[in-house]
Amino acid sequence: MSLRYVLGRLLFFLVVVWAGVTLIFFLPRLAPDRDPVRERLGMMVAMGGMNAENVERLAQAYEAKFGLDKPLWQQYVNYISDIARFDLGYSLAKFPTRVVDVIAPAVPWTISLLGVSTLIAFSFGSLLGGLLAWPGAPRYLRFLLPPLFTFSAIPYYLLGLILIYLFAFKLKWFPLTGGSQILTMPSLTFGYLLELIYHAILPALSIVLSSIGFWSLSMRGMMITVEGEDYITLAEAKGLPSGRIFLWYAMRNALLPQTTALALSLGTVLSGSLLVEIMFNYPGIGSALFAAITGFDYFVIYGIVFLIVVAIALATLILDLIYPLLDPRIRYQKG
Amino acid sequence: MLASGLFTLLLMVVLWLIGYFSVDIKLAAPLSAPTDLPPSREYLLGTDSAGRQLLAVMIAGTPTTLQIGLIAGALGMFIGTILGFTSGYFGGVVDSIIRSAADVALTVPALAVLVVIASVINKTLSPEILALIIASLAWMWPTRTIRAQVLTMRERAYVEIARLSGLNNFEIIFKELVPNLLPYLAASFVGAVSSSVLAAIGLEALGLGPQSEPTLGMTIYWARYYNGLPRGMWWWWAPPVIIIIMLFISLFMIASGLDEIANPRARRTTA
Repeated sequence: MSLRYVLGRLLFFLVVVWAGVTLIFFLPRLAPDRDPVRERLGMMVAMGGMNAENVERLAQAYEAKFGLDKPLWQQYVNYISDIARFDLGYSLAKFPTRVVDVIAPAVPWTISLLGVSTLIAFSFGSLLGGLLAWPGAPRYLRFLLPPLFTFSAIPYYLLGLILIYLFAFKLKWFPLTGGSQILTMPSLTFGYLLELIYHAILPALSIVLSSIGFWSLSMRGMMITVEGEDYITLAEAKGLPSGRIFLWYAMRNALLPQTTALALSLGTVLSGSLLVEIMFNYPGIGSALFAAITGFDYFVIYGIVFLIVVAIALATLILDLIYPLLDPRIRYQKG
Repeated sequence: MLASGLFTLLLMVVLWLIGYFSVDIKLAAPLSAPTDLPPSREYLLGTDSAGRQLLAVMIAGTPTTLQIGLIAGALGMFIGTILGFTSGYFGGVVDSIIRSAADVALTVPALAVLVVIASVINKTLSPEILALIIASLAWMWPTRTIRAQVLTMRERAYVEIARLSGLNNFEIIFKELVPNLLPYLAASFVGAVSSSVLAAIGLEALGLGPQSEPTLGMTIYWARYYNGLPRGMWWWWAPPVIIIIMLFISLFMIASGLDEIANPRARRTTA
């Protein structure tokens, strides 16, 4: 693939990140009389932790430290240079913990849950969708279509709610919340690993069940279009075995637009899984975001949003760079 | 498909109307009944921890949720249609600008921006403001898809004839292009409403919605806030969930049905 294409996608990535970062900077400042520092201190006074007179002096000290008393453009420049060094500031609720230290422990949980669930849903969904469109496939698979349809219309987290109630509360097959048992210390033993998986099954299940419908339906659509193509007819006329045509001719070509659909839906999938984490109290980014929202911890909120924007932009970039490798036609077009 | 979707939606509207005229909405306010009661003959859907009667809450809250979705969807479609037509028909620099802006806006995940906006506005949030916020992120997808459709239609013969017979650009857009795109616009609109309702409920479940309105999403939020789940109070969170599911399924079916009408190629999927 051409250098121009790569540079173009990189530029897009930087523009998206810049747009997200600027949005995070300006939006809070557009709201009238919003002063996170004073609000926070006011709350601490109300909880009886501080003398009211000193609050004003403390607020001014904070502002000087965070640079909130400087002109706006200077704040912006400081902000951008901080972000570039991944200095996301200090958490308001857990001062003096840095925002990165609040977010960092949550990231592996989210990546593993999201990654595994999406991988399972995408692969099984695509396979199922392909089979549904293939005349030679078993007939009973058609019966899966209506429930898949129904599930794909339900938002992830609502499905999670139902699953919690049914399987965790009523039937007590799975734990109600959390990533692991409360008093267990993390260790690299097999027992801990099993526990992690045990706690992750329900959240993963709600993501998988709800998104598998979408993947299989869209794959089915692609496969139907591909089946009408001439090369499939040629392959059948050549006498190739049906399974081989299915995998290497039909599925392989239908996977290309499916991958595009994956790239476009990354944002939705991430948002959905964040809400699932909140429902399950799973200790990932979702729960961290929720805690930050309820605790009015603005800097953590902005930090998490920044992380989400960068993650999605990066994933889109990677998929955009992989796509020409999968589809040679793109390589010559985008030259 | 379209028929069943419309039928479900109509059924919900009829049920709601029956409820609206037989139950007093003021009972949806807190402290109108004893708290934490399971369903009984007097309180058909029970009460929550703040004393709200849940049947009244459902009847009061459903139109609010739908209202947010409709306003946001309509506004998003309106902006998206204008931008899509402009971008697709006129092309050139305008097209590049609008398309790049839409692409960037599409990549930034909506929930992230919504969380930032909503967490800032907080106190004065009303359903209308929530709808406006969601609409600001709902215009991108219609813009892109409408632009794609306009691009294919622009080169058709009837547009050329219209141009030759002296119609100016705006007349061509309104008299030739829009009528041909109507089924597609309708399908897009339903899709926009559906995703707006999804975004609204997502925000409300996070607690960032209008705090004083008993919408469906806020009911779920309060159910979690007061620990309704481990207390086994299924009557608190199950009705909103069921209503939401039915709403989404019916909207989805309507959108699919409209899509089939707009896109006859999809109709031959009998496999």
